[in-house]
Amino acid sequence: MATARLLGASIKRREDPRFITGKGHYTDDLKLSGMTYATFVRSPHAFAGIKKIDTSKALKHPGVVAVFTGKDMTGVNSLPCGWLLPDLKVPPHMPLASDAARYVGDPVAIVIAETQTAALDAAELVAVDWDVKPSVTRTDKAAAKGAPALHEVAPDNVAFRWQIGDAAATEAAFKSAAISVKKRIVNQRLVANALEPRACVARYEDATGDWTLWVTSQNPHVHRLLMTAFVLGIPEHKVRVIAPDVGGGFGSKIFLYNEETVCTWATKQIKRPIRWTANRRESFQTDCHGRDHVTDVELALSKEGKILGLRVKTTANLGSYLSTFAPAVPTYLYGTLLNGVYEMGAIHCEVTGVFTNTTPVDAYRGAGRPEAAYLIERIVDAGAAALKMDPAELRKKNFIPKFDSGYQTKVALTYDSGNYGAAFDKLLGMLDYKKFRSDQQGGRSSGKLLGVGFSTYIEACSIAPSKVVGSLGAQAGLWESGTVRVHPTGKVTVFTGSHSHGQGHETTFAQLVGDHLGIPMDDVEVVHGDTGIVPFGMGTYGSRSASVGGTALVMSMDKIKEKGKLIAAHLLEANAKDMEYVGGEFVVKGSPDKKIPFGQVALTAYVPHKYPDGVEPGLEATSFYDPSNFCFPFGAHACVVEVDQDTGHVKILRYLAVDDVGNVINPMIVDGMVHGGIAQGVAQALWEGAVYDEESGQLVTGSLMDYALPKADMLPMYETGRTETPTPVNPLGVKGAGETGTIASTPAVMNAVVDALSGLGVDHIEAMPLTAERVWKTIQAAKSKK
Amino acid sequence: MKTSMTINGVAHSHDVEPRLLLVHFIRELAGLTGTHVGCDTSQCGACTIHLNGQAVKSCTMLAVQADGAQIATIEGMAKDGKLHPIQDAFWEKHGLQCGFCTPGMIMSAAQLLQRYPKPTEDQIRHQLEGNLCRCTGYHNIVKAIQYAAEKMPAK
Repeated sequence: MATARLLGASIKRREDPRFITGKGHYTDDLKLSGMTYATFVRSPHAFAGIKKIDTSKALKHPGVVAVFTGKDMTGVNSLPCGWLLPDLKVPPHMPLASDAARYVGDPVAIVIAETQTAALDAAELVAVDWDVKPSVTRTDKAAAKGAPALHEVAPDNVAFRWQIGDAAATEAAFKSAAISVKKRIVNQRLVANALEPRACVARYEDATGDWTLWVTSQNPHVHRLLMTAFVLGIPEHKVRVIAPDVGGGFGSKIFLYNEETVCTWATKQIKRPIRWTANRRESFQTDCHGRDHVTDVELALSKEGKILGLRVKTTANLGSYLSTFAPAVPTYLYGTLLNGVYEMGAIHCEVTGVFTNTTPVDAYRGAGRPEAAYLIERIVDAGAAALKMDPAELRKKNFIPKFDSGYQTKVALTYDSGNYGAAFDKLLGMLDYKKFRSDQQGGRSSGKLLGVGFSTYIEACSIAPSKVVGSLGAQAGLWESGTVRVHPTGKVTVFTGSHSHGQGHETTFAQLVGDHLGIPMDDVEVVHGDTGIVPFGMGTYGSRSASVGGTALVMSMDKIKEKGKLIAAHLLEANAKDMEYVGGEFVVKGSPDKKIPFGQVALTAYVPHKYPDGVEPGLEATSFYDPSNFCFPFGAHACVVEVDQDTGHVKILRYLAVDDVGNVINPMIVDGMVHGGIAQGVAQALWEGAVYDEESGQLVTGSLMDYALPKADMLPMYETGRTETPTPVNPLGVKGAGETGTIASTPAVMNAVVDALSGLGVDHIEAMPLTAERVWKTIQAAKSKK
Repeated sequence: MKTSMTINGVAHSHDVEPRLLLVHFIRELAGLTGTHVGCDTSQCGACTIHLNGQAVKSCTMLAVQADGAQIATIEGMAKDGKLHPIQDAFWEKHGLQCGFCTPGMIMSAAQLLQRYPKPTEDQIRHQLEGNLCRCTGYHNIVKAIQYAAEKMPAK
């Protein structure tokens, strides 16, 4: 039976019917009998010793079931850091702080009650005797002399110093350069703000000794492993972690957090299920933040505009404790991307990771790669301005020429395949670049400030192989699992270790499996997010699900086909070596009428009456795929803006994106992820930013009233295009599409605004977001200089 | 306080604390969990429902204030097993990813299309100001509402 090709088709999502009818199952929707409700008592101070916690009044409050502090959690260990750099200072990070609180929101007690309101009321009655200390929140002041030290293990607040590249070669490049530019670039702190707040339901069953934890997680197996083996010391196999429908992650739901750990511990103490759901204030204060770099960057150029050298010195704010993968983000996910899409003479990068009295910082959509892309694309534009060269021309002069496999960068990575100039040319065509420049000139003469900004970026996803990342400090493998279970009727259930929280895996993986097995995708069920039924998997982050998780499924399907050939050959009295699998049928090569459909082979595997000797019954395969390399999507974005000279207001007139994510399984879904990514990256450039009050250490932008999440009327329609350069790394040729938009868009917007102001002599703006106030001040400063 | 309301045509009556928010009445007492809570400052709009025909953020009201009201939630939008044209449009145009904002978006879109049966893109974007989405960048939500406007019979 022939079916139309499912791969590459924009098929409507099968998960949508439940979401559009209000029938999704998110963690906070769950109600169990005997349920109790938890709330956390948190530090109102950025840095304060804990002298005493008095819970007696709270315990007497009607409806209160229990109140626990860190002192009650005996035998419990620190939340682990999953990426250990050489000489990394790893301070303890207890689930409930009992010596000191180190950021506003640091939890110190849990209050559990019969109702949510009783818990909230009782939490007000927990009296903490604080010893308030001076705090430090600023990235550039954390390691300064006299700054308050957060942890005994790091008296200078420095967690690590790390470098990559060739310092001597870079120095030589700068000496030989015709021109060099140096800029300070501040990549501000962001809050992921997945729309569903973090939540968990923890249930311990006394009769069996089993736990079940429903949690807003992007990687339930990782959550289980870290929590059981490292923190709570409870048996991994007695804990089932379920990540049901999860309302967005963007990185913030990768990490093991205090709250689900405490609830998992506490449910055993009270022998009742506990539900905890963050309110948005808690999301702002306690979901891991992203970015927060202060960088001095220098670019060395020849007079023809060739990039000779790049020198980078970054201070990365890690927050108060080391979150699960925090040390990897500003190092191996950042420094290794500084080659961009350009031929570079030499690169050297030094990063200092610092502790501050702020929410821990970890991966946020893009994680390290947006910081690298922003830096490169901004300094390349500054270099073009210094040479008085068109930024498009400078880019074209420096692109790595088209290659199909293996480009060795100056910062350790080997790119898989690329055709950077082609993506950029396509973008310039969509933009009609020449016409824009002429419109820009015309506008200037009438006082209208138009600008265009480019971003020709590279991204690295499906980080691997495990033995390499292990040598770099990862405490985890970075493979993925995939099980294909063929039922007797020929219907199929696949189990993937990756997790969908908006990415549409239930659809794309069904497309993939239906296509490879030549069966209708409606015959394929996709299961994920439950450690009780899915083989150990690493979950979803870093745009890895299709490339790593999808490949694991392909490997399992290959095993199914090989076994199916043995069964089919036996039924047809043919040689298994002569069998091939075409369009859902096992066929004898050269004899197209000698064939058996997939379903009949499946039934035979479970009713093995006429069956080859030595072959096990059943038709099921599990594979674990550990990629040989990263995949490297790339592309070119452009933003066109108009800046109001009188107010500093930036208006986006057009946003264009050409992304190359390798082969595409579902174009509709890929475009959707690109749109959302662009919105987040544009928002970083124009509106978003987490701000701490320097004096008090309070998070000033602690609610959606204060932190400017973009709204529908702030964003344009996006004009998207695509080139397709398959990766040779995996058999699907897919690279990864979840983060490209975020990585590419921030520098495109910044470069557009700088371009708009270039007539006033502006060649750089140090900080984001580009609020009207910041842009207006930039305009005034430029005018007063003239 | 005894509080009664009709939700999607079904009568619900509960004794509630005066401080109970309408959204929690709907989610916890009526058991209709399609209405979501995404923030605590009435910005996100995930809790949008219809109260006596008006789109309202159910986190901005006390349950007792809705005593006697006719409420419609996302669960009441599909009729006789047939999706509402706006629901169908969100599916058709990929107007959702994680799905968390979607119920509120659809309820707001329904009011929007009552006000502006043939809305411009600007009108759609302006009317959606009170509903946040972190996944789609709004592009396909706008497309979905345009599509629904085409498909819905003019009243």
